[in-house]
Amino acid sequence: MSTVPTDPDAAAASQAEIDAEIAAVAKDYEASGVEETQPRLDFPPYRSSLLRHPTKSLHHTDPEEIELWSPAFGHRDVSPLESDLTMQPNGEPIGERITVTGRVVDGDGRPVAGQLVEIWQANAAGRYIHKRDQHPAPIDPNFTGVGRCLTGPDGSYRFQTIKPGPYPWKNHHNAWRPAHIHFSLFGTDFTQRMVTQMYFPGDPLFSLDPIYQSITDQKARDRLVATYDHDVTSHEWSTGYRWDIVLTGSHRTWMEEEEQA
Amino acid sequence: MSKLVATPGQTVGPFFHYALPYEGSDLLVPVGREGAIRLHGTVTDGAGVPIPDALLELWQADPQGRVVQEPGSLHRDPWTFTGFGRAATDATGHYSFTTLEPGPTEPGKPAFFAVAVYARGLLNRLFTRAYVTAADGSVADDALLTSLPDERRATLLTTREETGFRFDVRLQGDDETVFLTYPGH
Ligand SMILES: [Fe+2]
Repeated sequence: MSTVPTDPDAAAASQAEIDAEIAAVAKDYEASGVEETQPRLDFPPYRSSLLRHPTKSLHHTDPEEIELWSPAFGHRDVSPLESDLTMQPNGEPIGERITVTGRVVDGDGRPVAGQLVEIWQANAAGRYIHKRDQHPAPIDPNFTGVGRCLTGPDGSYRFQTIKPGPYPWKNHHNAWRPAHIHFSLFGTDFTQRMVTQMYFPGDPLFSLDPIYQSITDQKARDRLVATYDHDVTSHEWSTGYRWDIVLTGSHRTWMEEEEQA
Repeated sequence: MSKLVATPGQTVGPFFHYALPYEGSDLLVPVGREGAIRLHGTVTDGAGVPIPDALLELWQADPQGRVVQEPGSLHRDPWTFTGFGRAATDATGHYSFTTLEPGPTEPGKPAFFAVAVYARGLLNRLFTRAYVTAADGSVADDALLTSLPDERRATLLTTREETGFRFDVRLQGDDETVFLTYPGH
């Protein structure tokens, strides 16, 4: 076994120590002058990354045929009801009802139509329905926190849910994750596949969170933060957030009819 | 070149099990169907310790080398092969898919399973390829395989077994799996 402090139960460092580590990486990043747009895989303040990041650089390759396509999903895969996480058979979940909507586009701004979007999240108290979630906050019997939908022709998705709470985790002593919704996205190419987290504007936990701060660039971090949009809000029903997602560029040679589809 | 900057990825975290894997996600074809094979292996960290909270995604051509564009991966009809699946690792870091052997998408090229890897502690998804090998371990070359030194190339080759293929994933270390990045990433 290794001596690196990767045991999630160790939770040895203080928030101040983690803050100092994050600040040191940020200072080096500022000095480097090279723009980063994705999280670092090697980010020591996130202790679980220490033994789980590749140390060799990612190998550049051109996609082969299979990687130029994504799996196809359709109405056989996803029921329209799955986009409403508040619709539960035995009653409504507790919490602040919200609508989350936006568009999925590729690197050239083309809408990603008819593709699968999956989300999962904690309940309003910050608890997941997951057997490994030990946070002693209440489980909501009317909230599973899992949703799916297919994007529309314009790449749009829309979920009705409740606002998740922040939750503690064992990265360091008294560590808290900012409230977030996990998102899983497909493009038209498998190379565009991505999983990420959407955050809420103005969260006071942003600066303290090593997962969010693993993206060293402020502009890039901001891309994970939804905006409150009053036009998405429903009268006497729910508040609304808008969050658009850009996938990496598609490699396929697009035919004109596909472009117009 | 792309005009827009891509949204950053984030780790899949520890709580994906009730959201991403689904009933039958690791069974691209039913066990026992003619031609069914197993693709399996262990995901390990830099200390060689198995990772019990990783997720692998599989995306592949059919045995004729055709890219499948049939929906139905989430609610499988046992007669429709969609080419897509998901398998989480178990307590011993082991994953297993039941699927069909992919064919080469172009004559003369080697066949491979496209694989995406996710885990708690892994801040962004990783792409790799699990190449189909012959019984003697040989494989046709392609641009990626020829670009790699022998010991790195070996990390992308499956081991053929009686029931299918073994493919271990090592996130870190001397025998670390080759992970891929594509133009525009
Ligand atoms: Fe989470």
